[in-house]
Amino acid sequence: MVFKMKIIGFGKGIPARCVSNDDIAQFLDTSDEWIFTRTGIKTRYVCTTETLTDLSVTAANGALEDAKLNPDDIDLIICATLGGDYGTPSLSCCIAEGIGAKCPCFDVNAACTGFIYALELASGFISSGKAKNVLIVSAEMMSAKTDWSDRNTCVLFGDGAAGCVVTAGNAVKYINLSSAAMPNSTVLNMPNGTGNSPFTKEQKSSGFLHMQGQEVFKFVVNIVESELKLVQERTGLSPAQIDLFLLHQANKRIIDFTGAKLKQPPEKFPCNIQRYGNLSSASIPLLLFETVKSGQIKPGDTLLLCAFGAGLTAGTCVIVWE
Amino acid sequence: MLEKVTDILREHKGDSELQITLKTEFADLELDSLEMVELVMNVEEEFDVSIEMNEGIKTVGDLINTVEAAR
Repeated sequence: MVFKMKIIGFGKGIPARCVSNDDIAQFLDTSDEWIFTRTGIKTRYVCTTETLTDLSVTAANGALEDAKLNPDDIDLIICATLGGDYGTPSLSCCIAEGIGAKCPCFDVNAACTGFIYALELASGFISSGKAKNVLIVSAEMMSAKTDWSDRNTCVLFGDGAAGCVVTAGNAVKYINLSSAAMPNSTVLNMPNGTGNSPFTKEQKSSGFLHMQGQEVFKFVVNIVESELKLVQERTGLSPAQIDLFLLHQANKRIIDFTGAKLKQPPEKFPCNIQRYGNLSSASIPLLLFETVKSGQIKPGDTLLLCAFGAGLTAGTCVIVWE
Repeated sequence: MLEKVTDILREHKGDSELQITLKTEFADLELDSLEMVELVMNVEEEFDVSIEMNEGIKTVGDLINTVEAAR
């Protein structure tokens, strides 16, 4: 399988308000030490007046500028998100409106794995000649989805958007999507409500994000190991030949434990969870953006992106950076 | 099996003198919930079994019984 794709520009949109662990300890029975030792998180950014569209448009404009493209150059917008500012229109349509693009748009919801799903979709459009330049934006407002009276979940997440433009090229070597790698809707979910239909027999209101952390931890470690075996079978690349592992930023402890299981040194696992918390689908593109811009990723480096999330879904991508 | 679990716990805690019996409670070893997963996953690998996370696993004996039931 040839993916014929490369990333040519990045952008990000982060809320202005930075919330520290101490800020949260003002209204919850928790502490900086408790949160940091269990998650590796020190701060996260949370929307106050910004909408998710605001963050997404900022990320999209940044990616266009970085790629030296105009909105007219974009043939498709794919947005990875758990949900935008509206049930409909999609967040991708709001982005198109915000940047002044007139192209097909759609959202994809694969939870924290969304960015890898979006890459796979973009490669299909590019390979088939249906699109030349695809704008991908991953954007999440997790602060609206977590229960701020539950210290086990609300401390983990943050808000933010990260985007990139992809076009024809040879950098992307491999993508694998493990849709419902372990079908299980109970360990990680966020229930929708039933509305006010007079016909429903069981009225349900929408609920907050719910997670069985220990089960998710096990799933992640196992799925990363099995995804890496697949990479080795299909591309011949062993973990030792991968220069950097960009894992979904769910929890620093999970990343550390996974690295140890893979017998790879910690410096091969760049992290930004300390500053941003878990940004769901936006974690990996933001980490890739920052790692490229900081110079930590150099041309010729072999990168492994691996995301995992509710579903449970997982996705892996190998890129040789150009 | 107790010997192997003791080795895993000693390595995890970085304490080669750690004394472990079947009655040792994980709470007394000050393992947090994520360390419990790490322990269970290391035990799974050692004995080639799959164990569901279970709040009933409170002592080393509970863990060993769970592994034996899963074999």
